[in-house]
Amino acid sequence: MSKISFSVNGEARVLELDTRTTLLDALREHLHLTGSKKGCDHGQCGACTVMVDGRRINSCLTLAVMHEGDEITTIEGLGSPENLHPMQAAFVRHDGYQCGYCTPGQICSSVAVLEEIKAGIPSHVTADLGAAPQVTADEIRERMSGNICRCGAYSNIVEAITEVAERQA
Amino acid sequence: MKPFTYERAASPAEAAAAVARTPGAKFIAGGTNLLDLMKLQIEAPTHLIDVNGLALDKIEPTAEGGLRIGALVRNTDLAADARVRRDYALLSRALLAGASGQLRNKATTAGNLLQRTRCPYFYDTNQPCNKRQPGSGCSAIGGFSRQLAVVGHSEACIATNPSDMAVAMRALDAVVETVKADGTTRAIPIAEFHRLPGDTPQIETALEPGELITAVVLPPPIGGTQIYRKVRDRASYAFALVSVAAVVQRDGRGRVALGGVAHKPWRVEAAEAELPRGARPAMAAILADARPTHENAFKVTLAERTLHAVLAEARG
Repeated sequence: MSKISFSVNGEARVLELDTRTTLLDALREHLHLTGSKKGCDHGQCGACTVMVDGRRINSCLTLAVMHEGDEITTIEGLGSPENLHPMQAAFVRHDGYQCGYCTPGQICSSVAVLEEIKAGIPSHVTADLGAAPQVTADEIRERMSGNICRCGAYSNIVEAITEVAERQA
Repeated sequence: MKPFTYERAASPAEAAAAVARTPGAKFIAGGTNLLDLMKLQIEAPTHLIDVNGLALDKIEPTAEGGLRIGALVRNTDLAADARVRRDYALLSRALLAGASGQLRNKATTAGNLLQRTRCPYFYDTNQPCNKRQPGSGCSAIGGFSRQLAVVGHSEACIATNPSDMAVAMRALDAVVETVKADGTTRAIPIAEFHRLPGDTPQIETALEPGELITAVVLPPPIGGTQIYRKVRDRASYAFALVSVAAVVQRDGRGRVALGGVAHKPWRVEAAEAELPRGARPAMAAILADARPTHENAFKVTLAERTLHAVLAEARG
């Protein structure tokens, strides 16, 4: 067992955990924040995506004990049913899901993707490494490739993200 | 996962000494490959030494005019670094062709160099695999080998190295800096860092037990047109069937390293003299020793055609 303190959605949390506990299991099983989903549990599907210190990661592929002092944001920290995050509202408006299981990961990833583009981080499809990347459908598709949707809501997800990007611009 | 104890490293030398003296101990940095393998009990360390707190996360110029990349620099940060994008575009391109945004945010420079093969038989614990269980045999030979090695392999193992980053580093003549358990340091040329499988495929690198990577050094920029072309079964987030990392100069000379074809990034310096004559003679020389399986002979043709496309793009 190992003691760990971190902040989750702005709230300080202290846990006593088996060292084997992934960040995802700490969030779901110990803090009962079940928005982050366990899909493949191997970093392949993206359903567990959360933000740590502002960067999106697969919470299934990291140990909770490795996050002492970190600031973790889950889907519950982005918005609430009464006060949706703009990306959540856009997913609803554009029907960016069917079963909804991958959606929390898709939304956390989407929010981070727009921040990554703003920060000038290039992607595989960025034509010019010397220029700032733009929000295009190709950029969104490439950057969201770590989030799988077996229902196939991809085209609506791209539309939702594009709308939020345009509103931010 | 099997139970393990956990500690945070205080310094690189102490971390190296701790792993060397503790049977079953491993370093953990990004953890994206190690934890995946631990969940499958392919890796079962009894003790983890978390090196994330070590100050090895800077990219700094060297006195020679190159760059020293700290072992803990995340793949995202390395790919996005303005100096890397300008002077070592090949490396940015290779990094961005690999994994997903989430994984690149976690994965480190040193960890990328040390990632294990994605051979399906290495992952299937019900099957013999000399890399996972030395002496048990190789299920891939005669098995599903479409993704596996065409050159440099052995009777014991036909696995490939999955890294894109390492292929670019091989073309750029990077040097891996380490600290050993006794506190001494050394510099290992990337060409000598990864090993061919031979009869010990479980030994993948030149690292000694406990030896910790502290940085990767890039020599001064060599200019040229730098292209990383990766061919895979889908457009994003997949391992390479074949990848070509090329630096092509105006006179047609250059360097080429291949990914997806061998147990290590594959580069044959002597073959590069053929580059000005075109992709066919160059690839014939680079893959002169190729011995593909019944399922992956297409990689030899694919490598030549990919190089052809790269050279055409370089000519503009």
